[in-house]
Amino acid sequence: MTAPIVGSGVKRKEDHRFITGQGRYTDDINRPGQAHAYFLRSPHAHAKIKSIDTAAALKAKGVVAIFTGKDIAADKLGGLICGWMVTSKDGSAMKNGAHPALALDTVRYVGDHVAIVIAETHAQARDASELVNVDYEELPVVTDPAKAQSQGAPQIHAEAPRNTIYQWEIGNKPETEAALKKAATVVKLNLTNNRLIPNAMEPRAAIGDYDDGTGGYTLYVTSQNPHVARLVMSAFIGIAPEHKLRVVAPDVGGGFGSKIFIYAEEVVCTWAAKKVNRPVKWAAERSESFLSDAHGRDHVTSAELALDADARILGFRVKTTANLGAYMSTFSSSVPTYLYGTLLSGQYNIPAIYCEVDAVYTNTAPVDAYRGAGRPEATFVVERIIEEAARQLKMDPVEFRRKNFVRTFPHQTPVIMNYDIGDYEASLAEALKMSDYEGFPARKAEAKSRGKLRGIGFSTYIEACGLAPSAAVGSLGAGVGLWESAEVRVTPTGGVEVFTGAHSHGQGHETTFAQIVAGRLGIPIENVEIIHGDTASVQFGMGTYGSRTSVGMTAISRALDKIEAKAKRIAAHVLEASAADIVFENGEFKVAGTDRKLAFHELALNAYTAHKFPTSEIEPGLKESVFHDPTNFTFPAGCHICEVEIDPDTGVTKIVSFVAVDDFGNVINPMIVEGQVHGGVAQGIGQALLEHGVYDTESGQLITGSYMDYTMPRADDLPSYKVGLTVTPCPSNPLGVKGCGEAGAIASPAAVMNAVTDAIGIKEFNMPATPLRVWQALHATRAAAE
Amino acid sequence: MTGVAMTVNGKAVSGDVETRTLLVQFLRENLRLTGTHVGCDTSQCGACVVHVNGKAVKSCTMLAVQAEGAQVTTIEGLAKDGKLHPVQAAFKEHHGLQCGFCTPGMIMTAVDMIRRIPNLDETTIRQQLEGNLCRCTGYQNIVKAIDAAAKEMKGAHA
Repeated sequence: MTAPIVGSGVKRKEDHRFITGQGRYTDDINRPGQAHAYFLRSPHAHAKIKSIDTAAALKAKGVVAIFTGKDIAADKLGGLICGWMVTSKDGSAMKNGAHPALALDTVRYVGDHVAIVIAETHAQARDASELVNVDYEELPVVTDPAKAQSQGAPQIHAEAPRNTIYQWEIGNKPETEAALKKAATVVKLNLTNNRLIPNAMEPRAAIGDYDDGTGGYTLYVTSQNPHVARLVMSAFIGIAPEHKLRVVAPDVGGGFGSKIFIYAEEVVCTWAAKKVNRPVKWAAERSESFLSDAHGRDHVTSAELALDADARILGFRVKTTANLGAYMSTFSSSVPTYLYGTLLSGQYNIPAIYCEVDAVYTNTAPVDAYRGAGRPEATFVVERIIEEAARQLKMDPVEFRRKNFVRTFPHQTPVIMNYDIGDYEASLAEALKMSDYEGFPARKAEAKSRGKLRGIGFSTYIEACGLAPSAAVGSLGAGVGLWESAEVRVTPTGGVEVFTGAHSHGQGHETTFAQIVAGRLGIPIENVEIIHGDTASVQFGMGTYGSRTSVGMTAISRALDKIEAKAKRIAAHVLEASAADIVFENGEFKVAGTDRKLAFHELALNAYTAHKFPTSEIEPGLKESVFHDPTNFTFPAGCHICEVEIDPDTGVTKIVSFVAVDDFGNVINPMIVEGQVHGGVAQGIGQALLEHGVYDTESGQLITGSYMDYTMPRADDLPSYKVGLTVTPCPSNPLGVKGCGEAGAIASPAAVMNAVTDAIGIKEFNMPATPLRVWQALHATRAAAE
Repeated sequence: MTGVAMTVNGKAVSGDVETRTLLVQFLRENLRLTGTHVGCDTSQCGACVVHVNGKAVKSCTMLAVQAEGAQVTTIEGLAKDGKLHPVQAAFKEHHGLQCGFCTPGMIMTAVDMIRRIPNLDETTIRQQLEGNLCRCTGYQNIVKAIDAAAKEMKGAHA
């Protein structure tokens, strides 16, 4: 007997086109008659635009048109929006400044969009952009979130005094203050969560195409959620009614959150396509990606953990300033609030939590969701202070965690979340075994004999994903529902087409979704086609982010329920039996207790010929659709253990072991899940050791604006990870699955930094632990001691 | 504009280009061979690696006119007679790709690496991938795929 297809490491259906160079990414598409766009961007971090003179540029070779913010305003287009309303603790709405697609009178960060230059070739558009004469009046700049609210800091939007977008709170303030008051020990920690630049390998791109014959627009774009892009561009920006706007997100080369958002370039290219009555194509150069893709993280936090004399946690207070950059990006408001504060209970019983978050404007690129989005920031705070607490109490960090673990489910935290299921002890125990924790003291001593500093760090994380029950997120301010859709079409010859509202940009949906269908219907996986990423073929869908594919998979599963139910009714007529006697197994409809049966493809043909059942009772055809709204988040959790060795002479940190044990519930394809963990951990290690988006505080220039300056993790920076799984099936969906895409990036930074601080013996040390910074910290400590 | 002629994937090709046209632009825009990708503008990411006269080259770092008369192989020309190159097959077998964008450059680099270095180990493979960035896989399965392909190709030649 062959192994069941669900749960096995089926090789990916999508791979053939990618390994043979036949992927079709946005920049691979060329439309007849297309012109090329180049965006003129602000070289200043903050300036008034006094005038823009395009006369010389318009005369340059090949130039078709040049548009500025005034042209967009003249067409009365709306600006870019933030789709999640966050309310301050005083009850006031968040203070959101306008975000025109092309700047009107002020630029607010280096890379802000000033004009679109359209020409016959990309090179001509770029050349001509240098002839556009913009007269700027430079204004003072603030880039540091800790300084943005200071008296006298430059005001970035008139709507937001002291650059404060909102002052949000969650949890119970008096209870938490009381816990801190009665505590035997209060552990305090100041932390920063470094700004990251997402850097999906495919730069963003867009082609706007207008059909004068039909009055319809088509936008080809690097998007994780084409329907949401269409909705925003139609309902808020007003380019065209939704039914006259088709958005296609073809193969997309990685997203990590950065391709969720609706950006200026795709809006302007779509709008401009009608103005010039030609397709308008834009593809970002990597330098533009650095400047203008939404960045991630950038928090400054202070945290206090209250403990009783028996090392049990009594309360947790957190104060965070979150840098949201120069404008509010599409979902930026939700990231340091509902995706952050709600995770501050970690895997622990914490009776009282209170968290305040101030979100601020600065003259930097907008900050929004990046792999994990809020949950890595929360996990970093929780797991760093848990480790620090154990150190202060001189307790084994494992024992301290065990003492405070949540062990009964469901578990209601003080910060909204209701954990449905988990077994934190199981993943911890497995990770301890895989990392040979018992052997660590000997390894540390051996490293010391070679003059090296060895450290070990834990991160027993939890995250909430599978975003999300629509009413719940609606009550918290979301402007959208977070259900997912699926449509399953059985063809007359028994093939299956699945139209999903989820979008795959590396996750392997064409394989995992097909596994679910093939397993359920008992048909070969080759007979299943997964279609996504085109608003013209897929009914409305919410796209992929927040490890929410469990929602899309459940929608498919429920559509298959409907297919099976209808097929059984048809089979009953064809086989001349009662519907109650029809059983469906191994791809065959059988009359129980007889040898009468129909193969799946025979049933399909009968559904379409409609010769043998009463069409007054049963419609011909076999196609079902579902809009599935999840009933809860899913709560993946696990334990990551990192062991580092640091050379005190060079400051170089080497990861000698990285163990990740995760509980993702039931696993559809372990090969793909492992790959997701590898990639997430790599991004987390990148944050901890290498990556840092840095702006010059005086000029607001992005110092880390290329791969020469921003340290992307390379193959020889990273170890081979040891990956394990434990399983508690998720009770809130029929497949028992949880999300797995973000866990690696959520858990790993804290594990690495707990290991680094263990090795160097310094309590407060910020990411990234580059050789220079480690060396400086060690020498500063040594100098202070001398 | 300047005329340029070369052999790409075994076929003679020619075109008129601006002298500043990069080889990758000639491949993608003139020949519509879009399997070769552009992931950066500083010769760092390696998504554009092709073979020029048998050696791995970042095609974003070479002018089209410099490839005059050269034999160029792109990812589209790697499989022969409908049969995948062992490195292509290994990337699929070992899940060495996710979004697929860096993959053509990774595969072309790997083929060159295996050709140049007889006994690849994990450390060497990781060092040799210094010029290729991947954001999805964390590299582990890319390393595994290259290692497996190298062993298979060695076996085939032994």
